[in-house]
Amino acid sequence: MSVRLKVNPIACEAHGMCAEVLPEMITLDDWGYPLIDERPLPSELTAMAKRAAEACPTFALLLVRDREKS
Amino acid sequence: MSLQADPASLPRLLSGMPVDGAMGLEEHWAIHGETPFAKRRERRGTGALIDLVERAGLLGRGGGAFPAATKMHAVAGARGRPIVLANVAEGEPASDKDRVLMEGLPHLVLDGGVLAARALGADELILCIDESGEAALESATRAIYERERAGGDALKVSVQIVPAGYVSGQESALVNLCNGGQALPAFASPMPFECGVRRRPTLINNAETLAHLALIARYGPEWFRALGTQAHPGSTMLTLSGAITHPGVYEIEQGAPLASLIEAAGGMTGQIRAMLLGGYAGTWLEGGSISTLELSNDRLAAHEASLGAGVVVLLSREACPVAETARVASWLAAQSSGQCGPCVHGLQAIAGAIAQLAAGTASAGTGQRIERWTSMVTGRGACAHPDGVLSFLTSAVNVFAEEFADHARHGPCDACSRAKELPLPALAEMATAA
Repeated sequence: MSVRLKVNPIACEAHGMCAEVLPEMITLDDWGYPLIDERPLPSELTAMAKRAAEACPTFALLLVRDREKS
Repeated sequence: MSLQADPASLPRLLSGMPVDGAMGLEEHWAIHGETPFAKRRERRGTGALIDLVERAGLLGRGGGAFPAATKMHAVAGARGRPIVLANVAEGEPASDKDRVLMEGLPHLVLDGGVLAARALGADELILCIDESGEAALESATRAIYERERAGGDALKVSVQIVPAGYVSGQESALVNLCNGGQALPAFASPMPFECGVRRRPTLINNAETLAHLALIARYGPEWFRALGTQAHPGSTMLTLSGAITHPGVYEIEQGAPLASLIEAAGGMTGQIRAMLLGGYAGTWLEGGSISTLELSNDRLAAHEASLGAGVVVLLSREACPVAETARVASWLAAQSSGQCGPCVHGLQAIAGAIAQLAAGTASAGTGQRIERWTSMVTGRGACAHPDGVLSFLTSAVNVFAEEFADHARHGPCDACSRAKELPLPALAEMATAA
């Protein structure tokens, strides 16, 4: 089962913590909002992705499990 | 019945449309007969009406062209007692058709809503009407009262006033509003057909879609398909504006030539530089294709265009496409509901860069910056507002590439200060004039 990152654009307030913690998957746009690599998360990054989601002050970063079984 | 006798004749929806004011219930009945499926016996097996809609191939007229029967099946299959919402809150300034229908033919829209409710076993119909449509609000209120006095439709019918705004008519925004919240789009909210108003399955149809449904229920799917193309059957309503003698709302056959619509509207008032199809989330096409264009989404697909919520704007050679684009871009940027950062900041930045290009004050690389921001912002809103705006602006920059280059080099042209042709809401016009 693969996991992807997703951002809730309404909740996101451009604190930028996620890009600090997980630069492998997240960069910031010109206004400080995250640009997310939405491909399946490599398993070695899962732990850091969870920390990135926990680091978000507005809980806007989501780890989403793909629905289709693979 | 004349409509029944001659299925290929027009108008259909606009039959007996009063020049002024609204059609009363008596006259509506005289033209179309009473609302069908009224008896309990007929209502049993609610599939009957959905089946008619399915065979008619009715597609939604709010911009998405989604099959109406598929939506109804989804609501019918969800758990709970459904609610029906009629969407008369089109925020697109170049589209007038739904408001005009509600104003002039309230009983046709109400019939459609009542019929959809009966088909789904819903006990409530809510008309969501834009606050700026005062005549539509008045007409709806009076029509509801008229029907109650005539015995009622055995369901609760109410009006929900929707605050003006480009994105307030968006489905999740309407659901939020009816649930006591603000008319703002939501992120990853459950689909309305499963869990909408008061967590009940909710059918949301645009006013014109419901009006078609009212006629299909009476005259049948074969009648409906006597007009239009195979994929896009029936008639459709369009709002025609810009360089045209009689701008306004027209009912045409799906797939009808643009030339015949222009003729019906008294002809063009000048030479046409380009046409905007589908409104401010739509696409510009070169004026050269004006004589060959056919108006239905299947025919327009070859031009990568669609009718959206039924919008055609003709831009004359008298107008400055760069100044027009800049003016509309800044309005669209301001229409962001302010919830998503990329939409708020991105659209503002792009509109600002376009304004600089129009004024001839842009620095080198502004064009590339616009391209970069466009790909940066696309797909990053909770609703489709940023994507719609960006596709409209990208098509403007492409079709008017020569004019944009000219403004970037030499600054404003003579036409920049001429009369505006692209419609914006009256309040916004006042603000830009001030």
